Amino acid sequence: MTQTTHQQEKLDVASDTVLDVRNLSTQFRTQAGVIKAVDNVSFNVKEGEVLAIVGESGCGKSVSALSVMRLVPTPPGEITDGQVLFGGQDLLQLRNEEMREVRGGQIGMIFQEPMTSLNPVMTIGAQIAESLMIHKGMSKEAALDRAEELLISVGVSDARLKMDDYPHQMSGGQRQRVMIAIAMSCEPKLLIADEATTALDVTVQAQILELLINVTQESRTALIIITHNLGIVARYANRVNVMYAGKLRESGSAIDVYKKSAHPYTVGLLGSVPNLMASTEGKLDSIEGEIPDLSNLPSGCAFEPRCTFAQDRCRTEDPSLQAVGAEHIAACWEAEKVQGSK
Amino acid sequence: MTRFLLNRLGQAIIVFLMVSAMVFGALRILPEDPIYSIVGEDSEGYTPEQVAKIKADYGLDKPLPVQYFDWLSAFVVGDWGNSFQNGLPVTRMINRKLPFTIQLALGALVIGVVFGISTGVVAALKRNTKWDAIATSSAMVALALPEFWLALVLILVFSVYLDLLPVFGSALIWQDPLFAIQSSILPWLALGIGGAATLMRQSRSSMLETMGEDFIRTARSKGVPERVVIIKHALRNSLLPVVTILGLRIGRIIGGAIIIEVMFAIPGIGQMSVTALTKADYPVIMAVTMISAMAIIVANLVTDLAYSYIDPRIRYA
Repeated sequence: MTQTTHQQEKLDVASDTVLDVRNLSTQFRTQAGVIKAVDNVSFNVKEGEVLAIVGESGCGKSVSALSVMRLVPTPPGEITDGQVLFGGQDLLQLRNEEMREVRGGQIGMIFQEPMTSLNPVMTIGAQIAESLMIHKGMSKEAALDRAEELLISVGVSDARLKMDDYPHQMSGGQRQRVMIAIAMSCEPKLLIADEATTALDVTVQAQILELLINVTQESRTALIIITHNLGIVARYANRVNVMYAGKLRESGSAIDVYKKSAHPYTVGLLGSVPNLMASTEGKLDSIEGEIPDLSNLPSGCAFEPRCTFAQDRCRTEDPSLQAVGAEHIAACWEAEKVQGSK
Repeated sequence: MTRFLLNRLGQAIIVFLMVSAMVFGALRILPEDPIYSIVGEDSEGYTPEQVAKIKADYGLDKPLPVQYFDWLSAFVVGDWGNSFQNGLPVTRMINRKLPFTIQLALGALVIGVVFGISTGVVAALKRNTKWDAIATSSAMVALALPEFWLALVLILVFSVYLDLLPVFGSALIWQDPLFAIQSSILPWLALGIGGAATLMRQSRSSMLETMGEDFIRTARSKGVPERVVIIKHALRNSLLPVVTILGLRIGRIIGGAIIIEVMFAIPGIGQMSVTALTKADYPVIMAVTMISAMAIIVANLVTDLAYSYIDPRIRYA
């Protein structure tokens, strides 16, 4: 207890904060040059909280998550700066062996492709049991028994039979349920779902998302949902982080980010979500232009070339994150105008 | 599974018939007349009538298809005939010589598998380091070396200059283990290195591909120790193409064994077949060819069965 208190003081992390990422920067060295995939990003997530990180492909949201897990392929990737505070320690300072115990044991992760994320030559049961044997020191028999319970808890029917199945015998939704069972098997404090529902059918997406929320809420596990679809997290996320070109551009409670969007990119993302209630002429809004070349970013705001609010200042000066409301920050020179336009 | 095996058995029979008919016919193109093997070098002492009589005794005067069916019907019931050279039953000669060939081929295979897969995996895991460069370029060199040349160099270095290993003489491992191993090391290397090189290249590229797969990332995210990630998750998944290559190597090893047996004076069926060829000893050649064909057929069957063991997505109905 004293030790915990001491460490918390030392690292100055609120007691219910599970993960506190500070000034994280991750680069990739490629032939085209150095790509700043994640550039000075800070965020935190509290116990039982659901944080959504949204943005287009290549905005750095997946690399942020992989950096937290220290699973960025090195080389070419490299975490160049920052702290990842978790459980009273900076994960970036841990030895590989210590980090291995955090992975799967205290932080679970689910990936986008359920088709390829499971080992094709291992049975479902063995793949779930593996984590339990590593982190809980369970015997094979005990781990397999527990794996079956976990399969039931993630809503796989005929769990006993499915234990001996191989991934190719299951549907995408079922496989993603298995991934959730694996990730949750050791009762982690944090679960990261990286585009976990993107590759699934729309109807299955909702089921898997519900399941993710249910299993994490039961155990007060913090949940980070990484997605490019603002729509699907609207109902569940407590807070939303919007990333663009490797940087955090807006962060706030889900309601604030949706209703009082302070960054033109957030507005654009929201506009590109299909809405049955909207009475448009059947055409979906899209954000003009493309995401910039990360190895050659413009000197000002990275979103400026695509931005309808852009001023001269935006071309030369990159805005930093400013408060635009209570616990609501955004990096835009024209934040007030953007909020006023809603 | 039973249907699959029956199916393969049917295929094996067809292959067996085709190979036997082709070799049987091709033997008749040999310039050597088998009569010299039967009667010895002093055939000039025989009158044409006597020669014709001997040929008739051996059935060599009958039309070729008849000869083939005579041979086939006897062969399938285990009567493999007698050697033209010494009149001994071919089965007895095979029984005596086949163990040497099996010992040679299996040893070469083990060397190929152990060296090939281990260096391939290491090269993949240490990609673009000096270890990878050494392993990859050694494999290139090994692939380019003919077996007979390699055999000569090995004999020169290890037997003649360094005097570490015997040049000649053979023993079977269950009769004289020490001498068997001493005398087999060089032939195993000479015959096995080519396979090791092929398997090294295949397992390297296969392993590289597998290590980039999503499920490897999943395994790491579960906190699986890297050693286990490599052995349990990656290796088995990368073995499939390696096993394919291995199946194909069996044929090469059997072919190579002939040369290696001659060079190291190993009394196996390869050496026997070389002598038999120069003497047009039809029964011996046929027997050796059929054994090789069967070995390759069995090797391919084992390869296919290994697929379904390695990869559950492959199941034979």
